Amino acid sequence: MFKKDISPGSKSKVKSSVQRAIRTQLVQTYPLLAPHIDEIIPKKEQLDAMKIPERVTLYLIGLTPLFYQHMTDALLPHLKLVHRFPTCFPSLRIDRGAIRFVLSGATLMAPGLTSTGGRLPTGADTEKGGYGELGGKGEEGKLYWDGEGEREGEGWYGGRELEKGEPVVVCAEGKLEACAVGLLSMGTKECKEKGKGPVVEEGHYLGDGLWRLVTE
Amino acid sequence: MADVEAADASHEPQSRHVVYCGVCTLPPEYCEFGGTVKKCQEWLKKNNSTMYERLWSEDALAAATSSLSLDAQKRAEKDAHKKALKAEAAEAKQAATIASSKVIIKRVERNKRKFVTTVTGLENFGLENKKVAKDLGKKFATGASVTKVPSGGEEIVVQGDVSEEIEEFFLEKFPVIPEDNIELVEDKKKKGSGAGG
Ligand SMILES: [Zn+2]
Repeated sequence: MFKKDISPGSKSKVKSSVQRAIRTQLVQTYPLLAPHIDEIIPKKEQLDAMKIPERVTLYLIGLTPLFYQHMTDALLPHLKLVHRFPTCFPSLRIDRGAIRFVLSGATLMAPGLTSTGGRLPTGADTEKGGYGELGGKGEEGKLYWDGEGEREGEGWYGGRELEKGEPVVVCAEGKLEACAVGLLSMGTKECKEKGKGPVVEEGHYLGDGLWRLVTE
Repeated sequence: MADVEAADASHEPQSRHVVYCGVCTLPPEYCEFGGTVKKCQEWLKKNNSTMYERLWSEDALAAATSSLSLDAQKRAEKDAHKKALKAEAAEAKQAATIASSKVIIKRVERNKRKFVTTVTGLENFGLENKKVAKDLGKKFATGASVTKVPSGGEEIVVQGDVSEEIEEFFLEKFPVIPEDNIELVEDKKKKGSGAGG
């Protein structure tokens, strides 16, 4: 939804009561963010809101973009926040072939997720959630699953399918970092059954207008 | 007690720091999908050789492409090629625009001995009039605003006669504008008044 360049709108300070409400809402939507919420939105720092086109509000602290929200939809993380706290959001994986379409702003379609390179939650309660796709320990030594032991972010969507309307982070085959976020326009179960149709919409992707927005 | 200390320790920042490409701004593993791959590679080689090895070594490239069908590989290549051409063309066009564009700083006499300075042509250098006006206002502690001109464009109007100072400021702050492309002009209302001196 941010295919075009966005020119920065004016920033306004968020009232402290609203700031508290947003913190609560975030933890409700993304329970794994709870331990980090004070780091993301420190109590003593001023949260700002910036109106951008398409009736979207971007929330930031200083120059750091955090979340965006279309009207009263769910708060979605800016990709830079996903990269900072990658294991706190439910994720899917697209196959390599789908990456260039997603990065050009195309709606993510089911085949990019149901193919061999893609990944959807199985719904089995033995499944562990995770982020990124390369094995090994990753550059910081702990974020990526090495195939043994506990995987960070475990259990997040393990044991359940994601429902239509839920926010989701899109990872990509062969890549460590997520490339998009959005809302599911189809539940993951239905996606596997149908195997076609749009799955993630209203997305924000690497290199789009929101990514390039200068927040100063 | 130990528990309390452990809880305190957990307040250290947990945030990851991710490297972004200095050319296309994406995580470097995604540079391949943009139109500036060559430049991105050079940047990464210079700034993060470990990551460069991981992403662009022959082994890494082979592993990445093996998972695609031949057909898809061809399409992806063609696509990447197209994008690169497009980016090059855009760059060449930008360079041409810059070479042929001028920033005009004009001293305008409003009333006797009252001057304003106007600036036009910044947009051709990828600069935003609104932002620059704000900078100028701050820098010279004076009024600076953006107004529409009849011909359709915009100009920045700064109170006072500060044309030379503005030129200096531009040269220092916006290296994208070559010195030769800045022109200082004067716009006097009544010619001849007091020119005899
Ligand atoms: Zn790049």
